[in-house]
Amino acid sequence: MTNAASQKADLGQIATRRFGLGARPGELRMVASDPRGYVVKQLSNPKSALLIDPELPSSDIIFRNQRKNQDLIKRGRDTEARSMTPSSSIPFLGQTKSTIEGTANTTALNSMLNSDSPMQSAVRSSNEKPKAQKQYQELIYETEAAARFARWASTDTPFLERLVAFWMNHFSVSIGKNGFVTAATGAFEREAIRPHILGNFETMVLAVEQHPVMLIYLDNNLSVGPNSRGGIKGARGLNENLAREVLELHTLGVDGGYTQADVTALARALTGWVYADPANDDVFGGKFRFAPNRHEPGDVTILGKTYPDGEKEQGEAALRDFARHRATAHHIATKLARAFVSDHPPATLVSRLQTAFLKSGGDLAVVTRVLVEAPEAWGAPNNKILSPFEFVASSVRAADVPPDPRPLLNALNALGGALWKAPSPNGYPIDSATWLAPENIIMRLDVSYEFAHRARIKLAPEDLATSVLGSQISAETHQAMMRAESREQALALLFMSPEFQRR
Amino acid sequence: MANNHNHDHGCGDYLSRRNVLAASGGLFAWSFVPKFAHAAQGRDPRFVTIILRGAMDGLSAVAPVGDPDYVALRESIALSTTGDNPAFPLDGFFALHPAMPQFARLYKAGQAMVVHAVATPYRSRSHFDGQDCLESGYEKIIANIDSGWLNRALQALPKGEHVTSAPGIGIGSTTPLILRGPSPVLGWAPPALPKAGPDLSGRVLDLYAHRDRDLYDALAAGLKVDAISSKAGMDDQLKARGNDIEQMKIAAIGAARLLATQDGPRIAALSFNGWDTHANEGGASGRLAQLLGGLDNALLAFEQGMKPVWKDTTILVVTEFGRTAKVNGTVGTDHGTATVAFLVGGAVKGGRIHADWPGLKTANLFEDRDLAPTTDLRSVFKGVLADQWGLSNTVLSERVFPGSTGSPPLRGLIV
Repeated sequence: MTNAASQKADLGQIATRRFGLGARPGELRMVASDPRGYVVKQLSNPKSALLIDPELPSSDIIFRNQRKNQDLIKRGRDTEARSMTPSSSIPFLGQTKSTIEGTANTTALNSMLNSDSPMQSAVRSSNEKPKAQKQYQELIYETEAAARFARWASTDTPFLERLVAFWMNHFSVSIGKNGFVTAATGAFEREAIRPHILGNFETMVLAVEQHPVMLIYLDNNLSVGPNSRGGIKGARGLNENLAREVLELHTLGVDGGYTQADVTALARALTGWVYADPANDDVFGGKFRFAPNRHEPGDVTILGKTYPDGEKEQGEAALRDFARHRATAHHIATKLARAFVSDHPPATLVSRLQTAFLKSGGDLAVVTRVLVEAPEAWGAPNNKILSPFEFVASSVRAADVPPDPRPLLNALNALGGALWKAPSPNGYPIDSATWLAPENIIMRLDVSYEFAHRARIKLAPEDLATSVLGSQISAETHQAMMRAESREQALALLFMSPEFQRR
Repeated sequence: MANNHNHDHGCGDYLSRRNVLAASGGLFAWSFVPKFAHAAQGRDPRFVTIILRGAMDGLSAVAPVGDPDYVALRESIALSTTGDNPAFPLDGFFALHPAMPQFARLYKAGQAMVVHAVATPYRSRSHFDGQDCLESGYEKIIANIDSGWLNRALQALPKGEHVTSAPGIGIGSTTPLILRGPSPVLGWAPPALPKAGPDLSGRVLDLYAHRDRDLYDALAAGLKVDAISSKAGMDDQLKARGNDIEQMKIAAIGAARLLATQDGPRIAALSFNGWDTHANEGGASGRLAQLLGGLDNALLAFEQGMKPVWKDTTILVVTEFGRTAKVNGTVGTDHGTATVAFLVGGAVKGGRIHADWPGLKTANLFEDRDLAPTTDLRSVFKGVLADQWGLSNTVLSERVFPGSTGSPPLRGLIV
């Protein structure tokens, strides 16, 4: 291979791994003639980041269904509760197990797979403990997860999925909070993140901070202005959680120069940002609502600027200012460079991203373009370790591991990167150190082994290695694969190889 | 589903998405089911094929202790019928590895037998191609093999009126090649996430040692191995973590239950990993002994789980090829040719060894290094299919094992 050809091949790796979800077989060949162009072109296609699915309703419908489901359970109407489907707003009564259209043979199959058949008893006892049927929130969560896995497996705009994951992690929420958040986090991503990844940062911030999922996750639905009508009457008061994370995590960043007084002031401005009770309200239930009764009256001063007394526009004005703040530009620029390029990104790259952010008023299409055209990005060595999400997505794409939700969710859990379940509002770490921890690498070994056994790819392992890693496959990895005791073992070795694990 | 990359597996994907079945330890179907016939002589036989991946060392599983050249070739890992941990004498010439007491008991009871110096037609010693040959049942390796002999055998079974479940089941997360093909089969995977065994762990560690210091350190720490310990020391510690052994029993328990069910499958295929013992194979004890012990426990699990139908059951244990006659420089063995096959079950005419023994003198070794094959493994497969399932010679030689006319069915394997 001449130098020029091998140079191009490495660029193909960067295009598909640093700026993608890993190559599917054949993708490298497609990318080879213009790797940079392949990435840049995806930016002109922001609509392909959207996720529209008839089975995935809007968050307000999900909230209302979740509330109905909880009511049914409370009243002991478990059967009805368990027959709710993701998009139903009325529980289906009398619906039995899914039946399959077809010939008489399918009846035999159905009856065998029916939960009362001897076969199923055998399966159940083989599985040791019987599994309780899913509740609505689990069902929705798995449906959302399935849609993501399917998307990662097959998307032609993998860079956009990386951006979605970045922003979803930046504005992290956790399904561990409660049933509503479990049910509606996927909708949060579809509604507040996906439409805005190449739009204006300010628009994304407003969509996120007014989304009922975020309001619940950071307890703003409990926050009441002490001098508001509700505050004077009742026992509840100000909750600063949302305000703090807006400043510390979402916009200015921990070194952004805000004070505790600023946090409290913002918390006052954000009082009244709640959502309409999903019970008994099939029109507005579950949607963002401004509650004047809870809103703290009066001006607020944040970072030296005074926002006059008002309703939701008071908080909105503050958020808009934070979204365009110099410190925010630096914060976002640094995070993007660290997440995509290197744990220790070159100052030149960060500076250029920051300038682009400021000059464009937070236009993420502009900023992202600077990122993907940065010579630093295309020249940096492969030092970052794949995050759990990147690892799962790359394996699924490379070896056609079936995108069934349960095993992949289990894999993400095992790898320490459970889907939408980061332990804190910080989100998952974007540096590699965490993923290099011994217990995480061990889990990668087990997950690689499992994936290798579930992979459907028919290519010989060495051909697959070339197809997804191109010229980057090392002699040692190649030899290890050729000496494997079985195809599955060869695949597992490919997944664990340094070339696959680093980008 | 928008953006759902729908593979055409019939109802398989739909079922798993709809969660009709329990979690990941589910029973799944690859397609719709055909009708299924009673087998020969009004019996209701069960047939299990266990594939040992990695090339099991037949000369250690069943040692030719009576062969004058055996001990010199195997040096420190040679078995003996005397001393500590003696091998079980099977007849005057062969002895069974001491890690297999269940097999020894079944052999005594006439329910287990050995075929030795057996191999498929494949001679190039690559695991992938060797396994493909073993499972496909084809004479030669071709590109894009799309079916296995067991699936083609299912296709060839006479159709009857009795409508039952799918007759074949593959154990594991994907259907093994041996069961792939036009005939629909079921699949079942044990629920727990299986852990990578010491063999894979060791290979990854080795790869990292040469390529990536940070990954090496992390993995070594995770495996609780001292980063600068010797290879032999590492193997001992790696053993403690491995789960290839437990997985055999778990798979066997699950498969046995399904096979014993009235409406359940009649034919199953499973594979066990970890048999590629290039280094520190061990003799009466050690890595191979652990694996054989695991296999032995799996056979016991089958016997117990299939009690009501054990008298009609045949379990066939095979591997892609054997290992070198002479032990190598790392106290292990390398890829070879002929090896053993086991038959276990109430339907087996057991208590004997079928072996046309070629001897272990260098002149008698295949390419001066391997036990020479004197029986074609396809003859063993055909023997079971003919006697237990009533398939004719023509069908066996033309449809199930094309090109195998020269290797007739080995008769008399089944009671």
